[in-house]
Amino acid sequence: MLETLTNQLDFQSKALVLRAERQRVLASNIANADTPGYAARDMDFASNLRAATGEFTGGSGQRLPMTASSGSAIGSVGGMPTIGLATGDLGRGGFMPVSTVGRLPGGSGAGELGYAVQTQPSMDGNSVDLDRERATFADNAVHYEATLRFINGQAKTLLTAIQGQ
Amino acid sequence: MSMFSIFNVSGSAVSAQSQRLNAVASNLANVEAVAGPDGKAYKARQVVFQTVPMGDEGTAGVKVVQVTESQAEGRKVMDPSNPSADAEGYVTHSNVNAVEEMVNMISASRAYQNNIEVMNTAKTLMLKTLQMGQ
Repeated sequence: MLETLTNQLDFQSKALVLRAERQRVLASNIANADTPGYAARDMDFASNLRAATGEFTGGSGQRLPMTASSGSAIGSVGGMPTIGLATGDLGRGGFMPVSTVGRLPGGSGAGELGYAVQTQPSMDGNSVDLDRERATFADNAVHYEATLRFINGQAKTLLTAIQGQ
Repeated sequence: MSMFSIFNVSGSAVSAQSQRLNAVASNLANVEAVAGPDGKAYKARQVVFQTVPMGDEGTAGVKVVQVTESQAEGRKVMDPSNPSADAEGYVTHSNVNAVEEMVNMISASRAYQNNIEVMNTAKTLMLKTLQMGQ
């Protein structure tokens, strides 16, 4: 009974954990912008959320359809994955999925990381594009805050319904 | 709590970049240095960064692993009247390239600012998280 009330909150909280995770990864990229040989990491938020909420059904019992973000659309040229540059998606470049990355046990909502594809090759083997990382960082911060507000709003709605005021 | 490690990550980057700025400062201070009594002039110093994994996968900070000295030849200036001149009348100056150092300084200060901004954003988000449900 109570599940139907908290299902929505559950979904948003999983999204929040993933957003926090991604924020951390982006912070690591920005921190390592000048480190030779560092490979930039990133996370495809949409597919991770889909994986985390695979069993999620709305209150009416039907699955919520989720569309893939354009960020997960990876083209390929000669067997090499190409990036969002081609799709004109600045906010999230394309990602090479990494199969070796395991999830944390217990399905804590920890996301699966991939490697952000390089925009400009550099001599020292560092693949961080600082401009893209900063944009993504800001974008992710706004999304995090939006998710927070959704949670707050839903909590308020539930409380209003319970209290009948 | 995953967001707390942002402070470790960005903090390590800020400290690494400030070491880089220190190296730049001492290089620029010694641009005009000539060879001391040991006959060796100041050599330009450079820090070497390395990634440090911190806890979870994908979380990585930075540290300075070593400080290298440039082995380039120092500038030789003909100045026979200088007491530091060698037998041929040349004075050996430090091998610091002031232009390179200025570029390095700008790059380091930008990186420093970036990481401070990251920490501020993380702090704001976490404070908002603490107010959840109020």
